[in-house]
Amino acid sequence: MHLLVCGGTGCRASESDAILENLQSTLAENNLDGEVQVVKTGCFGFCEKGPIVKVMPDNTFYTQVKPEDAKEIVAEHVIKGRKVNRLLYLDPENKEHVADSKHMGFYKKQIRIALRNCGFINPENIDEYISRDGYEALAKCITNMKPQEVIDEIKASGLRGRGGAGFPTGLKWEIASKNAADQKYVVCNADEGDPGAFMDRSVLEGDPHSVIEAMAICGYCMGATKGLVYIRAEYPLAIERLKIAIDQSREYGLLGEDILGTGFAFDLELRYGAGAFVCGEETALIHSMEGLRGEPTVKPPFPAEKGYLGKPSNVNNVETFANIPVIINKGAKWFASLGTEKSKGTKVFALAGKINNVGLIEVPMGTTLREIIFEIGGGIKDGKKFKAVQTGGPSGGCLTEKHLDTPIDYDNLIASGSMMGSGGMIVMDEDDCMVSIAKYYLDFTVEESCGKCTPCRVGNKRLYEILDKITQGNGTMEDIDKLRNLSNVIRDTSLCGLGQTSPNPVLSTLDNFYDEYLAHIKDHKCPAGQCKALMQYVINQEACVGCTACARVCPVNAISGERKKPHTIDTAICIKCGACYEKCKFDAIFIN
Amino acid sequence: MVKVKSLADLKKIKSELQSKLDLREKSEHPEKIVQVKVAMATCGIASGAKQVMDFMIEEFEKRGIDAVVTQTGCMGYCYAEPTIEVTVPGKEPIVFGYVNIQKADTIIEKYVKNGELVDGIIPVNYETIEKQ
Repeated sequence: MHLLVCGGTGCRASESDAILENLQSTLAENNLDGEVQVVKTGCFGFCEKGPIVKVMPDNTFYTQVKPEDAKEIVAEHVIKGRKVNRLLYLDPENKEHVADSKHMGFYKKQIRIALRNCGFINPENIDEYISRDGYEALAKCITNMKPQEVIDEIKASGLRGRGGAGFPTGLKWEIASKNAADQKYVVCNADEGDPGAFMDRSVLEGDPHSVIEAMAICGYCMGATKGLVYIRAEYPLAIERLKIAIDQSREYGLLGEDILGTGFAFDLELRYGAGAFVCGEETALIHSMEGLRGEPTVKPPFPAEKGYLGKPSNVNNVETFANIPVIINKGAKWFASLGTEKSKGTKVFALAGKINNVGLIEVPMGTTLREIIFEIGGGIKDGKKFKAVQTGGPSGGCLTEKHLDTPIDYDNLIASGSMMGSGGMIVMDEDDCMVSIAKYYLDFTVEESCGKCTPCRVGNKRLYEILDKITQGNGTMEDIDKLRNLSNVIRDTSLCGLGQTSPNPVLSTLDNFYDEYLAHIKDHKCPAGQCKALMQYVINQEACVGCTACARVCPVNAISGERKKPHTIDTAICIKCGACYEKCKFDAIFIN
Repeated sequence: MVKVKSLADLKKIKSELQSKLDLREKSEHPEKIVQVKVAMATCGIASGAKQVMDFMIEEFEKRGIDAVVTQTGCMGYCYAEPTIEVTVPGKEPIVFGYVNIQKADTIIEKYVKNGELVDGIIPVNYETIEKQ
């Protein structure tokens, strides 16, 4: 028998270490330590009800266990084989105790569709993909279904583009299928560029065949015989695995001429991007593939009409493709049963930032931020306070405490002033300055703007300068108006999605954290203590013993005072390097 | 390699593969073959998964344990990389996190040889599509 004790950060904060010790000592007292083992595990993703103790092999799941409960668990469960009812999870709906974690459906918040094979199969072995229903969807489509039937199925599933904008995938395919041409192209957008996002890389590295299969299905639907994967050169492992996968599919005859004897032909090639963020925009991506500068052009014409080399092309994101085979195999109805009214299925998120369980997760649409951050994500690092979560990368915005219980889908995120984006989720705590965060994203946009249209090229630079001025403590109230006006102009007049969404971080922080802007401008203070220019190191005259350690370490001789008497810092000379703060052994120096 | 020529072909290959994978488990020493999957996405490799994989292949051989060690993609537990999944026949697969070479050694000695669980187990917290 095994007793598993959660060793996740959240549970450890509520004394799971003491539970572990008590269990061990109680077992030893009863001479059971040879037969029953106590083991520390990672986070169960159910921190709200922690600490958690799970008994194996019967899968009993005890919640909110206290150190003093250890005796009862050993005496009752281990020795007498009776479950300790009062510690079992109480189902909030039917008020019944749930004994077996396998029946705790609501506890398992995640469902893996796009990530179904990641971490299960060897991505470099096509056989393992085939043994998990691989290429069955393609076979089903090209032998038993008409292209329009496949398109109807995708439309019925309600799948929307996972790259961020959320355009209905089935509709996109239908439009591309109706434009007649001698040659058409299926394009996979693997130019993942949001800071902190790694969903697409993981899919390509863990399950490249699912993307290949889906692209072939798309080719069949729209009448294209060629597929292109536009992937960034910074993803060498994903490229290598994709190449191996393409070669294996060709060997098996699942790519190439006359696939499965149906006469349908489809093949794939790779195109490498040099890591320009704007090339994730589909027209810029197509130009880059053509060997031209990666700059967007006005839509229409849409790629479905005039895309790669002027031919009808359909561009979808990696995760969108990864969903396709499952929709065909399990049916549109099944897929549409997951998610919310207008956003179906699941979404993969890359959880990063000040969160305990940094990781890749896949949850049904409609899951709340609270469930993602505090249950799956295990809460905020070091027990700090949650402040905001940034979704949608440089095009998105910040969501705050008041949004924690909003079900996440395309429309709700837009209504909250952010966007789905490709799925990066960066969690911030009380130590993050929201003006600096907005500045960070603008810095990124200024760097990544292609420079073709003026609002984006010049406007974003000006936005950045104003934000910088505010973080230096030189902002004025007029600057806030300027930020808003300029943001609106950039949003309304930029050529492509990059510029149209680049002011979002500014607008959403202005909406949600207006007080912080005010504190910077009016009080010349940074509430989070991040903006260096607004900090002041001060010596507490009562705590200072005059050891002179700070004065000796100060690189600009800003600290003066007699030996054994309180010292002072000349703020006019101080460069805020923090050396004195770290050196002081008496905690006499503080940041104002 | 024989080409897949029809849907029936694909289905045949699939069932052959499944029984072959089954066979791998039920080969000469059915009770002994251990399966280990190492999460080898960029993040896993960066935190040392490759060394762990090499170590496990070598050590299983040296210690005379019948085992298959394969690579797989990201399991999603970035905070606990490198991660591995160990399946001892007759038991449910178990995922271990924070696996360095020392930990890999402990897992072989304690879990694989004696069935004793060791610290660092990552509880499965998601549903697969098969169960849906």
